[in-house]
Amino acid sequence: MTRHLTPNLVLGALLVAFVVGMAALSLVWTPHDHAAMSIRARFGPASDIHWLGTDQLGRDIVSQLMVAARNSMTVALIAVLAGGSIGVALGLLASALGGWVEDLIMRVADIGFAFPALLFAIMLSAVFGPSLWVAVIAIAFINIPVFARVTRGAANVIWTRDYVAAARAAGHGKLAISRDHILPNVAAPVIVQATIEFAIAILAEAALSYLGLGAQPPSPSWGRMLSEAQTLMFMAPQLAIYPGLCIMAAVLGFSLLGDALRDITDPRLTRSRQA
Amino acid sequence: MMALSGLSVSFDTAQALRDVSLQVPQGTRLGIVGESGSGKSMLGLSMMGMVPEAARVSGRIMLDGTDLSGASERLWRRHRARRVAMIFQEPMAALNPLQRLGDTVMEPLQVHLGLSRAAARTRALELFDEVGIPDPPARLRQYPHEISGGQRQRVLIALALSCDPALLIADEPTTALDAHVALRIIELLVDLAERRQMALVFISHDLAAVARATERIAVMYGGEIAEEGPTAAVLENPRHPYTRGLLGARPGIGGATPARGADGRRQRLPTIPGSVPPLSQLPAGCRFAGRCPVEMPHCADTRPAAYPLPGDRHAACHLLGAGA
Repeated sequence: MTRHLTPNLVLGALLVAFVVGMAALSLVWTPHDHAAMSIRARFGPASDIHWLGTDQLGRDIVSQLMVAARNSMTVALIAVLAGGSIGVALGLLASALGGWVEDLIMRVADIGFAFPALLFAIMLSAVFGPSLWVAVIAIAFINIPVFARVTRGAANVIWTRDYVAAARAAGHGKLAISRDHILPNVAAPVIVQATIEFAIAILAEAALSYLGLGAQPPSPSWGRMLSEAQTLMFMAPQLAIYPGLCIMAAVLGFSLLGDALRDITDPRLTRSRQA
Repeated sequence: MMALSGLSVSFDTAQALRDVSLQVPQGTRLGIVGESGSGKSMLGLSMMGMVPEAARVSGRIMLDGTDLSGASERLWRRHRARRVAMIFQEPMAALNPLQRLGDTVMEPLQVHLGLSRAAARTRALELFDEVGIPDPPARLRQYPHEISGGQRQRVLIALALSCDPALLIADEPTTALDAHVALRIIELLVDLAERRQMALVFISHDLAAVARATERIAVMYGGEIAEEGPTAAVLENPRHPYTRGLLGARPGIGGATPARGADGRRQRLPTIPGSVPPLSQLPAGCRFAGRCPVEMPHCADTRPAAYPLPGDRHAACHLLGAGA
């Protein structure tokens, strides 16, 4: 077991715990009201009261970062869960039915891959107006083909296993076999992919919010904090640095965790490491 | 109850089965022997409607008087588990590693027989007991990796028996097990078949296992049945040159070591010359042509019919034909 405790896993888990802890804590407590403005206290330095100082409107930066972490996690979680569920279902279906159904699903997934999330988000916000939900839907949408492909690839391997033949011999149908035998056995690569997609989703949310297509004021977001700090770069660089560090911690944390989980669950890599 | 007539299964490049006819009446035990690639596993899969989707099937697969050769997956599913069931070669691989043994066995009981979870559990305990698994309540909660190969094969037998099939197909059920465990599994299968009046198709390359387990035997070569008849008669007095070769290639029958030759050295184990050709390169006539010690000029081009022999048996060899 200890051979799994790689630096990647430890650092990734610590960063994830830090960001998730920050988001979770904001549900019950923040040092200040994140939206409370105080023009007299603007650009305040770090102090006992405002640990990382205040921004151009005198809002407490720590509180904003914490609520922004929560927003970011919520968007990423809903988007990855929704896109992942649809993608996994499509991948299982493609693998179970094969033939033209599989071809159709996978070719549509290929088209989905060619579609940038940003473009889709701009299109959605043009139609529905910018909101956090636009970000959620756009990120969920790009996750569908990713999970469909991963699931179908892993499921095709499981379909050749003897226990699937045994289940068929016991008279079970393709959908029941997909649910009872294929899904549990493709869970490992899907979970690894979900962790990595979570990191990508956080980055995408930050990018969309930076462009004003995500969280709308006064709801704070790391991406929007960055974009607001941009014009004040030379006056108050810390306003850009803090949210930037948060984005980095979150993306790096989930990426490292995903890589470490992949190493643990991928038997090929496990073997080569033992050798 | 199961009868195949003129069954052929072919793929783009190869013919896995050619014109196979067999009968498995209610309550009888039939052995199918042959080398790897002789088509014996494909024969077993055909009886379950589980040939690969790319295969073309012709001929008839009669189950209880209904021809299922062109039947849909949906139709086959109605017969699987309830009429015909199958156990597989690798007990290690034939159980889902993430499913408790109890859930595996209870699944068909709940799905096909509509039993409640509690009733399915009771039945699963009875089945485990019937196949000789000690301490069934504890086993129900265990995962496949926690039990031995022999026990896994017993779980698979319990799974196959769950819906009281009239025919059980056992595809190399003992190949992956060590000799002692294999013997116990064979005894169990024979015992179950007799007690339940269940037909058994026992597929194996192990002649001793088949001799022990079956009443009739079909020897397969190159996707065809070379010889078929009562097990004892065929093994004692093989008529097809291939069966003779197969029997001759067994080491130490009855515990005897190879005889010493005239020069005092032990003779090498007799073998059949050559190796089984790939299915795509089989001769058009007799499949055994090219390796046969008593081959005649027309053998490679002309397909021998299955000539009936006295004692309710037949063999497909030109030597046995009326004109030979």
